[in-house]
Order: sequence, then C-alpha cells, then structure tokens
Amino acid sequence: MIAARVTTWWTILRICLEERLVYRGDYALGTLMRFMPIVTQIFLWTAVFAAIETTGEEPKTIAKYTLPNFIAYYLLTMISRAFSSMPGLASGIARDIRDGTVKKYLIQPIDMLGFLMLGRMAHKAVYYLVAIGPFALVFVLCRGYFESGWPDTTTMIAYVLSLLMAFLLGFFLEATIGMIGFWFLEVSSLLFVYMLFNFFFSGHMFPIDMLPGIWRDLVELLPLHYLAYFPAAVFLGKITGPDLVYGLWVQLGWVVFFMVAARVAFHFGVRRYSGFGG
Amino acid sequence: MSQHPSYLRVFCTFARNSLVRDMTFRGNFLIEIVSSMSWVCMNLGFYILIFQNTDSIGLDTGWGKYQFFIFLSTTLLVNSLVQAFFMPNAAEFSELIRTGTLDFALLKPIDTQFLVSLQRVNWASLGNFGFALVLMGYALSKVDYVPGVLQVILYPFYLLCGVAILYSLMISLAATSVWLGRNQTLYNFWFYITNFSRYPMEIYKGPIGTPLRHAFTFIVPVLVVVNVPAQLLVKPLRPQVPGDWLLPGFTVVAAAVSLLASRWVFNRSLLGYRSASS
Repeated sequence: MIAARVTTWWTILRICLEERLVYRGDYALGTLMRFMPIVTQIFLWTAVFAAIETTGEEPKTIAKYTLPNFIAYYLLTMISRAFSSMPGLASGIARDIRDGTVKKYLIQPIDMLGFLMLGRMAHKAVYYLVAIGPFALVFVLCRGYFESGWPDTTTMIAYVLSLLMAFLLGFFLEATIGMIGFWFLEVSSLLFVYMLFNFFFSGHMFPIDMLPGIWRDLVELLPLHYLAYFPAAVFLGKITGPDLVYGLWVQLGWVVFFMVAARVAFHFGVRRYSGFGG
Repeated sequence: MSQHPSYLRVFCTFARNSLVRDMTFRGNFLIEIVSSMSWVCMNLGFYILIFQNTDSIGLDTGWGKYQFFIFLSTTLLVNSLVQAFFMPNAAEFSELIRTGTLDFALLKPIDTQFLVSLQRVNWASLGNFGFALVLMGYALSKVDYVPGVLQVILYPFYLLCGVAILYSLMISLAATSVWLGRNQTLYNFWFYITNFSRYPMEIYKGPIGTPLRHAFTFIVPVLVVVNVPAQLLVKPLRPQVPGDWLLPGFTVVAAAVSLLASRWVFNRSLLGYRSASS
C-alpha cells in the first residue's frame, strides 16, 4: 500500500521534472535577467549613501545597514525569493477551479495539494540546478559586499531552516489564496493586492528595519516578511539569540497555520464546487 | 471619397470604442485605477523612506526630495501614456502573430503598424497620469524655482519623445515573436530594460556605471526617456553653455531613429509572417 503510494508520488515527481527540463534555456536566461534590478539597486543605494553626511569615523549606516550590508541584503533576498516565490500557483488554482480542471483531483485518487506541492518541488529543483551557475557567478563577483564572511554554524543551520520554511510558507500561503477561487470566480485583482503587499512588505524592496515606528510593528505582524526579509537578516547576523529562536518558531507557526488553512479551504471549497461537462 | 482613410478619425473611433468597452465594466475599470494607483503610492512611500535618511540621491546631483518627485511624476507621465496607448496593443500583437489572426489586420485598407499599435486604448492607465500631474504640482510648489516659458513648451515635447522611444522598443520586441513563436521572457526583458530608466542617470558612474550609462543612452536610449524632460524642469537649461543642449538634442535624434528602426523591424516581421491559420 505504502509502496504503491510512493511509486505514484515518484512518478508524478519524475514527470514534473522532465516537463520542467524542456524549458531550461528559457530558465537560465531568465535567471540572469533577474539580477538586473539588483544592478540598479546597487547604484541607487551607492548614490543615496554618497549623499549622507558622516560624523567622525563611524561608517555611514541606514537602519544599522552599511552600504555593503545593503547590497548583500538584496543579493540574499534573491535566494529567499528563489525558495519562497511561487509564480502562478494561486492564479493556477483559481483558473483550475473556474474552468473545471479541478475535477480531476476529485475523481482521481490524487490529493490536489500534494500533487501541486510535488510539481513545485520539481520546479524548484530544476530551477536550482540551472540557476546555481548564474547565482554562484554573481555571488563570487560580489563577495566583497559580505563584510563578515560566512556566518557561524548555528546561524547557518538557522538560515537553512528559515529558507526551507520560507518555501513551505510561500506554497501554502499562495495555495490558500488560490482556494478563494471556490468562492469568487475572478480573483485577479485580489492577487494583484497580494503581489503588491508581498513586494513591499516581504522585504524584497528594502529591509523592513527601515520602516519607522508603528509601520514596522505592523509589518512584523504579517507573515510576509518571512518570505524574503527574515532569512536574509538571519544570514547577515541581524537577528541573533532569543530573537532568532522566537522568529523561527513564529515562522513555523505561520507554516502550520496556512497548511491547515489551505486544507480547510479545499475541504469546504469542493462542497460548493459544481463541475459541468466532460 | 478619398483614397486614404482619415487616420485621426479612425483613431478617435478606436478611442471611443475602448471607452465604451471600459465603461461597460465600470467596477473593473475602477479597480484597475485604484490598484495601479496603490502601486504608485507604495513606490512613493519607498522614496519618502529613502529621503528620510538622505537629502539627495547622489552627492551634489541636485536630485533632492522634491526634485526627485518631479522626476518620479515624469516617469509616471511617460509610463501611463505608454501603458494607455501601446501596452495592450503590443501584447495583443504577439498574440495576433501566434494565432494567425494578423491576417485580418493585413487585409484592412489602412497602415498595419497604425492599426496594430493603436487599436485599443486602456483608459484606466490614465488614472496615473492624473496622479502624476497632482504630484508634479505639489513638488513644483515646494521647489524654490518656477519653470520658464521655454521649459513649459519643451517639457511636453520631450515627454512625447520619451513615449516614442519606449513605443519603438516595445513594438520591436513584440514583432520579434514572428521569429520566436512566443515570448514570455520578452515582457520580463521589457520590464528589466525600462528599470534602468527609473532613476536619475547621474547614479550610474564608476567602472561599471559609466559604460552602463553610455549603453542605455546611446545604444538602447531608455535613460534619456525620463531624464531629459525631468532635467528640463529641475535643472534649467542654460543656453549659454552649449554642452547643455547636447543631450536634449540627442534625444530628438534618438526618438526619430528609434521610430524609423521600429518601422523597419515591424515591416521585416510582416515579411517573416507565415499566417498560422491558413
């Protein structure tokens, strides 16, 4: 029984892998392209720092980030996003619900979330395989921006954990949003709002430590900053000790929350769902 | 009855039909305006955050907070015009080629590039145009300098030059789908290229910055699109210094050459078109 199940999952994973490898050329090109906004960010922040007045010998900082810190931060958010971003997941689920493709999960002995998860894992695995070249190249070229070098082992373990949870959080968060399609047929504007919030409050655009007062507290209440900001800040040693342990637990809490939320939404969603045609 | 159709009247019909269509889905129209404006507001928030930490972007570049807001409104004006008039059409053009429906456009007794480029007007994008005008008015009231008559006359002219350059780039990219079949990464490419135009060109300096600035000024002239009109308002032209006229002069040439080049690429792509349907 278990063997049969493992074979099923393995077959699905293999099909997804092969499907993904077809577009490897597109992938490699797209990965290099993705670093282009970083180039403008580097120039922007260099110019911003150039205009800051310094007092004495202290290095110039913004929200305790030096200029190399900023650049290292942006590069690290690229890694976070490589784990947490799920292009087309929510919109894909919503589309499947609208056009009735979701039927196949209802009549075949396949769990929809599990199937999609395997698809994403294959997608990510191929992505890392292709992207590791461009990523390594950019990071070697930019190694000078990592002022304190590699972090210690504990930080590294915490970093890897936060990245893995960023993947899970990204998946279940987007899946939950996609499930809203059971209740509203058109979710594109909702997805736009999500994307907007994600872009600014995940820390993709700037480190959220920059936000003043209440804004920062608000953003820290949202799960979004675990998708990009948190892993990067952990790597840079901005979050340490009890804060780090607390942060990892909260991240895990959000993963579990959305894991349950996606299941519950699917459970009640299919009761509302009516499929027509063949 | 004249031999040639009246292009102005045809365009007015396109604009009217698009407006009728947009007004049929009024809720959607409003959502589109609100969501693109919130995107702009978030960006504005990001720049306000930057200017809380620094007085200007780059040392002695003259891009202080309100000067940069003028720059930002110029970006918005250009982009909203491009998005309103050309963006939906260029996206549609790739589809026309892929599905073979371009046949119908070719059969019409009117210039194909005109028909393909202006068929649909996305009125909702003009919401940002209004927003930009308000922001511009506010920023101008904060800087201690009033633009002269020459600036006021030349500003819209250079805005249009900028729109022409971006349009040429966009339609040329869309036309390449004749050879590439489909182009998903093309739109990413578009996004990443125009990304360079979003900041004052002074920030690109140093061993990497200077070649970048030259490449995006002289080879793909996206840097002059916003910079030249914005500089015109912020840093008044001094006709007594001949060097000041070089870049604006070049911009006019660049706009004309871009339009001619896009015309050439467009016609070449029509020659390569094989009509998928018949």
